[in-house]
Amino acid sequence: MQALHNIELDVQEGEFITVIGPSGCGKSTLLRIVAGLDLEFQGSVTLDGRPIGGPGIDKGFIFQEPRLFPWLTVEKNIAADLSLRSSEVRRKVDELIELVRLTGFEKAYPKELSGGMAQRVSIARALLRNPRVLLLDEPFGALDAFTRAHMQEVLLDIWQRNGTTMIFVTHDIDEAVFLGNRIVILKSRPGEIRAKMNVDLPHPRKKVNSSFQTFRYQVLSEFEKVDELNWGESGAGI
Amino acid sequence: MAGQSEMTSPVPVRGSKPGAKRARARRRVDLLIASALPVLILAVWQTVGSIGLVESMFLPTPWQIVKGFRELAVTGELFQHIGISLGRAAVGFSVGGAAAFVMGIWTGFSRRAEDMIDPSVQWLRMIPNLAIGPLIILWFGFSETSKIIIIAVGSFFPIYINTFLGIRSVDNKLYEVSRVLSFNSFQQVRRLVLPSSLPHLLLGVRLSLAISWLSLVVAELIGASSGVGHLILYASQNARTDLVFVGVIVFAVVGKAVDSLVRYLDRKWLKWRDGYRG
Repeated sequence: MQALHNIELDVQEGEFITVIGPSGCGKSTLLRIVAGLDLEFQGSVTLDGRPIGGPGIDKGFIFQEPRLFPWLTVEKNIAADLSLRSSEVRRKVDELIELVRLTGFEKAYPKELSGGMAQRVSIARALLRNPRVLLLDEPFGALDAFTRAHMQEVLLDIWQRNGTTMIFVTHDIDEAVFLGNRIVILKSRPGEIRAKMNVDLPHPRKKVNSSFQTFRYQVLSEFEKVDELNWGESGAGI
Repeated sequence: MAGQSEMTSPVPVRGSKPGAKRARARRRVDLLIASALPVLILAVWQTVGSIGLVESMFLPTPWQIVKGFRELAVTGELFQHIGISLGRAAVGFSVGGAAAFVMGIWTGFSRRAEDMIDPSVQWLRMIPNLAIGPLIILWFGFSETSKIIIIAVGSFFPIYINTFLGIRSVDNKLYEVSRVLSFNSFQQVRRLVLPSSLPHLLLGVRLSLAISWLSLVVAELIGASSGVGHLILYASQNARTDLVFVGVIVFAVVGKAVDSLVRYLDRKWLKWRDGYRG
């Protein structure tokens, strides 16, 4: 079965790409291919000119669920296979815990965390490895609206401080416009790039601003052009 | 039976939800009844024996059992038997458990090994320990070896099955994480497979210990000149029913103590678990 077709996308260092499309348009598949988790595709995917042969720490991946190791505390989850006894690791883990605003929860177990906190741990875990690109697969999809807005700000903050290249998949138009400096709009069956749009809104963006709303309508109208528009449960209508 | 009974221990309720006070009061009453019940049973038992309603050959009174216990304890004979029995159980459990662990890891990781080996193991598992006892005596005589083999065979299966299950229950989603984090195979085993199968492993150990303790009775009843099983057999042949009871109680107490130890480790090592706790 073909999920994606004729995808061509160039991502520059330090970009924040948001990929948006209806459920089942293959946006998660696209991300998994870039991550090296999915190797059944035709074409070429390269990072710094080298083809991607499999998953690795240069391609940080944030799943829809936090996927923490339940038997490890927050700090040990972030360190994972690295030893906290190394002062270098210790220092960076402490920095990251502060960056994702989890100070005080270093020794907590995943079961004691809320969904948003757990997802921040998984972001810190990926960042510790200094990835060339951070791939995020609807990371805030399961969170309530307030937590999601907060998480978006945390992520923007990280991006502005670290300059990590981000590819962020979502089905939420607001989220795509709020975060991205470029939006890639996919259409489904087969998943193809419908449009790429540069978001030239300055940060900090306010979702209630008219310029934000205008841009949002532009994105939305791209979808309106699609005949077989099927938002269904994806809930990204007006 | 040494293990498996106590699955519901009282868990302290955090916070004070409405009704928590009533629940606490109810728990206190439950606890009171739980501790009064054995006392009541002992009292009735003692009375029935003391007024001569039941022959002490059939059912010695609790007090006679205590005296029998003291008799064996004073000479040190009892602790000698316990020591020997514990030693046998430990060696048998170690041999059987280690073999089971290795085989469980093998079939757990290799689909081919599972297909080739597991069906046979499942067949062998269905053979009761008691049934192979005479065969092992036939092959190895009334030696220590045969006793240890009986115990080892008994303790093999729970650990084998649970090791296998533990490995197979590793969350595929976490496996993906281990790939994204570039774990090598050693790290995958050490940091993913072992911790996530630890609950299964400990359950296997617990069941195995119980079974090895039970197999011990089989082994020692068939032919031994020492050990708690021998003590029971000897006492019954000499019409010392009180000492039979002492042996039985020793089995129960030691078995429970060992089980509690594993449960303690279980609670200590698995406090990260987020399951339903009753």
